[in-house]
Amino acid sequence: MSTAKTLTFLLMDAPYESANSTTALRIIDAAIRKGYHVNVTAYEGAVAYTYGLQKPHQNPIKGTTVEQEKHPNTKDWVAALIKAAQGRGLKLDWLRCGMCEDERGLYENQIAGTRPGSPVDFYKQQVEPADNVLVIPCR
Amino acid sequence: MAKYLLIESRDPYEWNDVSYFYDLAHGLAREGHDVTLFLVQNGVLPARKSPRSGRLADLAQGGVKIAADDFSLRERGIAVEALAPGVRPSKIDAVVDLMGEGARALWH
Repeated sequence: MSTAKTLTFLLMDAPYESANSTTALRIIDAAIRKGYHVNVTAYEGAVAYTYGLQKPHQNPIKGTTVEQEKHPNTKDWVAALIKAAQGRGLKLDWLRCGMCEDERGLYENQIAGTRPGSPVDFYKQQVEPADNVLVIPCR
Repeated sequence: MAKYLLIESRDPYEWNDVSYFYDLAHGLAREGHDVTLFLVQNGVLPARKSPRSGRLADLAQGGVKIAADDFSLRERGIAVEALAPGVRPSKIDAVVDLMGEGARALWH
């Protein structure tokens, strides 16, 4: 059993709408690099971080192709974080609020390595056993 | 004495309630707690010497450690040399370090 500490994060912003999303992923990346187990609950619009049908796009206004645009998708960033944690023998438990994704029609096509859950699961499984918790609320 | 990590993501020119968060940092430090105010996103805007940065200098004099996310500074073209007194650039890793040390973390 790893003795690494566990940090838990609650994310609420939908991706592509707030700099909070980028900052949250940067903090989670830093936690994994520093050897922490990480729990995440994606609540409200944040369940879209891991929606698998996100696609990079071209920009016809600028005349750039998909390759030139290099449009980042949060599903790929989260998948990379899950892989990075696994590569270090750490846990990244990415829980998606089931009711939130039901409301938004995002309950299908979620990426592997994430799971649906409830606010109770967040508290019992992620907050209580964690060494520290940060809530990043939406505005 | 407890350790606190207050993360300010908002621009005080846009959000008046930022001053309340500064007040919280000041009050906690005044009561003897170890307080870090971590500026990120548009929260770094007053870190550049300006009429609003005086408040940050006051907080620093009051014992609050003030860190500004280096990535957010670069995004906004704020050079380290332009930072107000009492503000130091910091990597986002500092948030993780403080959380790992048990700091009570609040995001605004």
